[in-house]
Amino acid sequence: MLSTSYPETEFGDLHRRLFALRVGLLLVVGLLGLRLWHLQILEGPYYRDLSENNRTRQVLLEPARGLIYDRNGILLANNVSSFSVYVMLEDVKDREVLIQQLSELLGLDPALVRKKMAIKGSKLLPRKIKDRMTLRDATLVESRRLDMPGVMIQVESQRNYPGGLIASHLLGYVGEISADQLEKPEFDDLHQGSIVGQYGIEKSYDRHMRGTAGQKNVEVDALGHEKKSSVVEKPQAGNDLYLTIDARLQKLAEDLLSEEQGAIVALDPNNGDILAMASRPAFDPNVLSRELTSKQWVEIVQDEGRPLNNRASQGQYPPGSTFKIPMAVAALETKTMSPSSTVHCTGGYQFGRRLYRDWKAGGHGYVDLHEALVHSCDVYFYSIGQRMGIDVMAEFGKDFGLGRPTGVELPSERSGIMPTPAWKQKVKRESWLPGETISAAIGQGFVTVTPLQMASMMATVANDGVNYRPRLVRAVMDRATGNLQELPAVPRGKINAKPETFRIIKSALADVVTKGTATRAKSSIVTIGGKTGTAQVAALRTGPEESIPKKFRDHAWFVAFAPVESPKIAVAVLAEHMGHGGAAAAPLAKELIEAYMNITAPAPVATSGLSGMSVDDERGFKDS
Amino acid sequence: MIDRLTERRGLDGFDIRYVGLMLAILAIGVLSIYSVTQGQQSGNTPYYLKQLMWIGLGAAAFLIMWAADYHDLARFAYPAYAFILLMLVFVLFEGRTSKGAQRWIAMGPFSFQPSEFAKLILVLVLAHYYSKAPRVGWLQRVIVPGLLVLPGLLLILKQPDLGSGLSFVAVYAAMLLMVGVRSQAIGFILLFGIMLFPFAWEGVWGSLHDYQRQRIMAFVDPGYDPGGKGYHALQSKIAIGSGELLGKGLYGGTQSQLKFLPEGHTDFVFAVFAEEWGFLGVMVLLGLFVGLIWLSLEIASKAKDQLGALLAAGIVAMLCFCVVVNIGMTAGMFPIVGIPLPLVSYGGSATIMTMASLGLLLNVKRKRLSLFY
Repeated sequence: MLSTSYPETEFGDLHRRLFALRVGLLLVVGLLGLRLWHLQILEGPYYRDLSENNRTRQVLLEPARGLIYDRNGILLANNVSSFSVYVMLEDVKDREVLIQQLSELLGLDPALVRKKMAIKGSKLLPRKIKDRMTLRDATLVESRRLDMPGVMIQVESQRNYPGGLIASHLLGYVGEISADQLEKPEFDDLHQGSIVGQYGIEKSYDRHMRGTAGQKNVEVDALGHEKKSSVVEKPQAGNDLYLTIDARLQKLAEDLLSEEQGAIVALDPNNGDILAMASRPAFDPNVLSRELTSKQWVEIVQDEGRPLNNRASQGQYPPGSTFKIPMAVAALETKTMSPSSTVHCTGGYQFGRRLYRDWKAGGHGYVDLHEALVHSCDVYFYSIGQRMGIDVMAEFGKDFGLGRPTGVELPSERSGIMPTPAWKQKVKRESWLPGETISAAIGQGFVTVTPLQMASMMATVANDGVNYRPRLVRAVMDRATGNLQELPAVPRGKINAKPETFRIIKSALADVVTKGTATRAKSSIVTIGGKTGTAQVAALRTGPEESIPKKFRDHAWFVAFAPVESPKIAVAVLAEHMGHGGAAAAPLAKELIEAYMNITAPAPVATSGLSGMSVDDERGFKDS
Repeated sequence: MIDRLTERRGLDGFDIRYVGLMLAILAIGVLSIYSVTQGQQSGNTPYYLKQLMWIGLGAAAFLIMWAADYHDLARFAYPAYAFILLMLVFVLFEGRTSKGAQRWIAMGPFSFQPSEFAKLILVLVLAHYYSKAPRVGWLQRVIVPGLLVLPGLLLILKQPDLGSGLSFVAVYAAMLLMVGVRSQAIGFILLFGIMLFPFAWEGVWGSLHDYQRQRIMAFVDPGYDPGGKGYHALQSKIAIGSGELLGKGLYGGTQSQLKFLPEGHTDFVFAVFAEEWGFLGVMVLLGLFVGLIWLSLEIASKAKDQLGALLAAGIVAMLCFCVVVNIGMTAGMFPIVGIPLPLVSYGGSATIMTMASLGLLLNVKRKRLSLFY
């Protein structure tokens, strides 16, 4: 214990204690040396990696998305630059303070900013806080950036549709990749925040248009400020698409529908090129390609007109009398009827205890196939339907592409229904009733089709049974090689029918326009063949058309082709709740066909007519 | 041989090896400061030039302390201590605040840190106290010197300056071990305790949760590590470890050059050096320190009188403490307390004070020689 001591012994003791201090010193220094050996030699490579990661950030260089042109090179979708603000979480000192600063600067809800920062993922991956910033906001953030470590402004390319609503359904829109999409293998080269096509051609041709991201290594200091950077890999711009659409025709088709709901599809029968595909109401893909608030999104989704629905490929309607075209082919080919044999139409067809009525009270008298098509005699088709049976009818319907997807390059195409007893048993778990065959014969009952299918059916007839898959993309411009790759038309087989059959049908369809139910489609510049149709919406109809509330009125159909002698265009028009096809739909088809004839005429062509569209190539900005 | 040469010139006790070691360490410091503060300036002068200036002033202090008679210096110990206590009080009211602590007194373009000088004066005070007529009983041997230490310690902790406070305690503890406490057993237990501390630390400190550590650290030293979460410690470990065997070369230290490592030119200068010069460089630096301390211990053990021995022992203990704790904390063995690496870290007060202390230490040797001739 502590005790008294004497200076002399103390002094002697001091030497011993100093010796102990030396030993202790050596031991402690030895420990330090061991520790440093451990850090620098044993764990050196590990810390070397850490220090490399500390200072280098891999920044992705987003590729420019491929552009979309119409068949004549008119620009339909391009990219414009816009400013986005990102936050690199690793460099953020105080997240709450930053959330406060950013939400004040940008006028955003702090909760939203917090949510955006909280997105899962690597700390080294920047989180996007806001895109499409105004230049003013971008400048404001940039000027305060030094006070907000981790905040970055980036110039990005933003998808732009110069035509606004034009062709919105087939072009589609783009949007940030969703969490579900990120899980899928087809998106494995993408990352959170990547922009991908979410609808239309943008979606189905996403792989072509998205390009390949490049990479830049940026050396940063502890505040996230860039010290130097080197491009490791240049981004590869996506490929450009040349559509089969003629933008002028497309705009006309949309204008023809105007405020009405409906769809118009125009095809080139000789190769399946879709010349126009209009669906109304439409949406603005510029708006959809932005980040929508959930309120905006709900508004669009709950809109009664369902603007996001592409009625041309997704709308399924009973074909009505337009269905008589494939039925007529079936009747001749199965020899159920000869061209000259007749049916006596008295205005109704008795089957069992039920009378199936003709649309014309009093009937059409004795009609052959030609007459039956020209005047759209229902009794004639009740009769042949009854004789052929539903399975034969369905077989021919399927040959014409009904009840199955056309294979057009659009997501979520619907197939319609070509009913058979087997189908009914499977889907409805009920057996087929004989009367249903009779309804089906005039395109009512269970039969549903899409306007695209009907246009394709019309094109097949116009082309004497030779069928091409409807297509939207004519050529792909490969940005890597600079090659413009023309895509060949895709044959879908040929209807096994005699040429004579098509001649008879086409002559009848020509007479439908000249003296039948569709005289309002009669053109002074081109011969048009067509067939009207009325798709029943409500089963019971009483009183005149005008007295029925609009949403219960029938849909108007008109399918047509022209010129009759050597068809260059096939059209299907569906106008929802517009009543009879001859009155509502036929004039639209006529106008479209005439416009196309003018466009393709060898005479000098006026190329103007599309306001707000430019044929300038605006691709330059990202490549420079 | 060298001794004889210097003796002939009247420079008795001027140990050229000792001065050479000191200058070598100082040179390493200037080099590291030069590397890490490229492009940065303190005022209009680059840091390394200012450090060279401090070294110039330190050299003057070294020579004065070496030339004067340490018995005379010891006589002024109490007045000097009183003066420095006044300065420490003054600093609390009028001091310049930096990084949450009020430690500096502004003197024109420079600022001066009284707590640094207080350490040296404490050594003088305690050596003077113990060297006087026999101190008997544990009141005189432990409590009274403790009371001498206490006001300075409290004033320093109030700033707060945990690092200087610990140095203060270290000087007191070293003096107790040398002369204050009789029992050798206690001395050795303490010694072993210090030696085992790093391992015990890993066990105890390492088992705490982050927030517990932060609370403890916030309690003892609120100004330090504002970002929390062990950022400094981690960056320092990365810097040292990534240096590997040969280092990244001058200016090559990405941790320090890109400012991931905070306080690169002051408290964490060792990590800068370790990153740029690797394990080999670090061994050289450690070797220089060991050499310097070894020579100092030799001086202490060969001191002619008790005052000299105590002065030398106190200074060497202070030096050892700072070197070990600084390297230990940058290497992640100790918690981070703000103790600069003597002779290497940037800083006027610390550099001048350390060089003055070494001058005083060499002074002890000189007096021994002068008595023989």
